Amino acid sequence: MLGKTANGLFWMYRYLERAENTARLIETGQRIALTRLDGSEEEWTSVLQSARALDAFREHNEDLTKDAAIDWLLRAKANPSSVLCCIESARQNARMVRTALTGEVWEATNAAYMETTKLLARKVSERDLPHVLRSIRQHTALVRGMTHGTMLRNEIYDFVRLGTFLERADNTARILDVKYYVLLPSASAVGTSLDNVQWETILRSLSARGGFRMEHGAGGGPLEITHFLILDRRMPRSLAFCVRKLRENLRYLDDDTPGMMPSLRQLNHLEGTYLTHDINAIFDYGLHEFIQKILQLLAEISHQIEIDFRFYE
Amino acid sequence: MWGDDDRLREPYARFHQWFRDEDPARLRAKQREAENLFRLTGITFNVYGRSEAEERLIPFDIIPRIISGHEWQKLARGIEQRVRAINAFIHDIYHKQEIVRAGRIPEEMISRNDAFLPHMIGVEPPGGIYTHIIGIDIVRTGPGEFFVLEDNARTPSGVSYMLENRETMLQMFPELFSRNRVRPVQNYPTDLRRSLAASAPTMADGSPVVAVLTPGIYNSAYFEHAFLADQMGVELVEGHDLKVVDGRVAMRTTRGYKPIDVLYRRVDDDFLDPLNFNPKSQLGVPGIMDVYRAGGITIANAPGTGIADDKAIYSYMPEIVEFYTGERPLLKNVPTWRCSEPEDLAHVLDNLADLVVKEVHGSGGYGMLIGPTASKKDISAFRAKLKARPGNYIAQPTLSLSTVPIFSRQGLAPRHVDLRPFVLASPRGIKITPGGLTRVALKKGSLVVNSSQGGGTKDTWVLED
Repeated sequence: MLGKTANGLFWMYRYLERAENTARLIETGQRIALTRLDGSEEEWTSVLQSARALDAFREHNEDLTKDAAIDWLLRAKANPSSVLCCIESARQNARMVRTALTGEVWEATNAAYMETTKLLARKVSERDLPHVLRSIRQHTALVRGMTHGTMLRNEIYDFVRLGTFLERADNTARILDVKYYVLLPSASAVGTSLDNVQWETILRSLSARGGFRMEHGAGGGPLEITHFLILDRRMPRSLAFCVRKLRENLRYLDDDTPGMMPSLRQLNHLEGTYLTHDINAIFDYGLHEFIQKILQLLAEISHQIEIDFRFYE
Repeated sequence: MWGDDDRLREPYARFHQWFRDEDPARLRAKQREAENLFRLTGITFNVYGRSEAEERLIPFDIIPRIISGHEWQKLARGIEQRVRAINAFIHDIYHKQEIVRAGRIPEEMISRNDAFLPHMIGVEPPGGIYTHIIGIDIVRTGPGEFFVLEDNARTPSGVSYMLENRETMLQMFPELFSRNRVRPVQNYPTDLRRSLAASAPTMADGSPVVAVLTPGIYNSAYFEHAFLADQMGVELVEGHDLKVVDGRVAMRTTRGYKPIDVLYRRVDDDFLDPLNFNPKSQLGVPGIMDVYRAGGITIANAPGTGIADDKAIYSYMPEIVEFYTGERPLLKNVPTWRCSEPEDLAHVLDNLADLVVKEVHGSGGYGMLIGPTASKKDISAFRAKLKARPGNYIAQPTLSLSTVPIFSRQGLAPRHVDLRPFVLASPRGIKITPGGLTRVALKKGSLVVNSSQGGGTKDTWVLED
C-alpha cells in the first residue's frame, strides 16, 4: 500500500471519529445546560477545552456564550475540529484514498458530507439542534458500519482502526484531563448533587452511562468511574480498550518486518507501564499526571506511526 | 432517432415502443433519481478557477443513443485502421520520418510543431506502442456516414462516464436491457489493465505492476483517475509518491519503494518530468524520462503523441492512413482549410460566416468561432485574430450532424451529438469497446458538446444484430 494511502486512511477515520466525539460533547453540554438551573456558561468552557478548541475560540470571539460555543464547535471554518471541518476533511481524505475504500464506504462518507454540509449551511437553532446532532452521529455511524461490514481485513483496515482508536483514546483522555478534579477522592464530598452532575457529564460525553449503570446500578462513585473509563477492557471508549485495539492492529502490520517497529514498541511500553495496574496505583501516581502522560505518549505514537509507515517523504 | 423520411430508425424501434407507454412524470422522477445517483457516487468534475470545493455534475440525459450492430461494425473497422496508422505515424516521426521524405507532409509541419517532442527522437517505447488509449471523436451525418472530428491520442478522458452512464441506466431501467440486446461495456477496466500489462517492458516478469498517475484531487478529471485505478485494482499515485530508485520508477509504500512497470499517466507531457521538461512542475517525477529512454518503464500514452492529434496534422490524416496501411481510409475527415496556406486563408476569410474556425492547439471548445451562429461583431473580432496569426488556425465547414432526442420538459427534443469511442492498443492488438461516450449539446441548435460549455452525456448502445 502507498504511504500516502495509509496516511489518508488514518486521517479519514481520525476526522470521522473526531466529528462524532465533538457532536457528543455538544449534546452533553446542551443537556447539562438545560437541566441545571443556575444557567452558568462555565460548562461550555470545559466543553471547548475537551474539544481542544478553547484557545482558538477566545481568539475569534469576545464572549463565551452558549450559542457562540455551539456554533464554533459545529460550523466554524476557523476551527479545524468543528464538525463541519472534520467531515470535510474526512471526505477529502476519502477522495484521496478512494481506491482503498469499498464503494459502500465511499458512498456513506459522501452522503455524510452532503447531509452535514446541508444541515450546517446556516446557524443551527436551538430547536433544530437535537435533530442535527443525531443526524451527524447517525451518518458517521453509517460509515463505521459500512467499513465494518464491507472492508477486507487487510492492512487497509489496520490503518482505519489505528486512526479510529488513536482519536478515540485521545478524546477519552482529554475529557478526563479537563474533568479529573471532580474524580479525585479528596474532592468528592461524597454524593453532593454537583458531583453527580459532573460525573454524569463525563459518562455522557463518552456514551458510557448505560454501560456504567449496567455494571454498578445506581451506585458507583469516582473510583468506579475512573476505573471504567481507563482500565475496563469491555468499555469501547476506555483507554485500555483503545490501546489494546491499537496494539492488535499494529501487530498485524508488524508481521513481516524484521525487528519490532518503533511505534509498536512505544505502544507496548504505554500499555505495560500505565494500563496494567489497578486504579489505586493510578491515583497514587496522580490522576492528572497520569492523564498528561497518556496524552503525551499517544501523541508520540501517532507521530511514530507516520514515520514507520512512510506517510510522508 | 428518426431518419430523413421521418420514419423511426430501426435500432430505436423497441426503445420507442417502451417510451411511448411510459408516463412522462415517472421519467422525470427517474431523471432526478439519476442525478442523485451521480452525486452520491461522486461522479463530478471540478471547475477550475472556482472555489476549490466546487464540484459539478455533467448533465445526464436518460434517452440512450442507439447504434445498430451493422453500423458499428463499419465504424469499428475504420477506427481500427486509423489507430494502426496513428501509431505507425508517431513511430515514423520520431525515427526516419519517411512520410516527410516521401513528400506527403511538409517538413515544417513537424519540425515547427509545438507538439513535436525532440526528447522522443530515436526512443523505442516498450512494445512499440505510442498511443495505448485513444478516444476518436466522431460525428454521424447520415446512414453509415461518419466523419472523424478529432483523434485524441494524448490523454482522452470521459471513459468513466461511458461506464457510469451504463451503470445508471441498468439500475434505473433494467427492463430496457431485457428488451434490447445491448452489447456490454463493463469489460473496459479489465481490458485496459490487460492492455497496459501487455505493453510492459520485457524486463517485467509475470504480472507487471501498473499504476495510474494523477495530478491530484483538485484536477478536473480526478474522479475518473480514481475510478479507473479502483476498477483496475491498481494504485493511484501522484508525483510525490514516486521517485527514481536504482534506475526504476518506484512508488513509496508503507514498506519502502516498489518499482512500477507501467504508468498510465493522466499528467501532460510538459509536467511529466521537471528534469527534462517544465522545471517548475510539482506533478511529475524527476528523471522518469531517463528511465523511459533506457526501457525501464512503459509510459501510457508515450510522451510526444500529441503530434498525432494536432489539428493541423489532422488535415493530413487521409494521407497518413494511406501511407502506413496501404489502404483507402474507411473513415472520412472533415474537409479542412489550413489557414497557414495563403489560398486556404483567403477562402476562409471570404467565408467566415459559414465555417467553424478552430485553434490548432485548442481544446475543450474554447477559442473557436462557429460562423453560422456567431454575431457580426464576433466574426469581425475573430477575423482580426485570424489575420494576425493565421498559422494558429484551421477551418472546417459545419456538418449537418445527426441528432438524437433528449428528454426535455416538452418531451422529446432533437439535439446534436457526437461520439467518442474508446480504443485500446497494445502489442497484442487493438480493442474497441462497443459504444463510447455520446456527448450532447443541450442547448437547442447548438453544435458545442463540451461539458465545460453546457454539454451533457448519454448512454450509448450498440445493439447485437
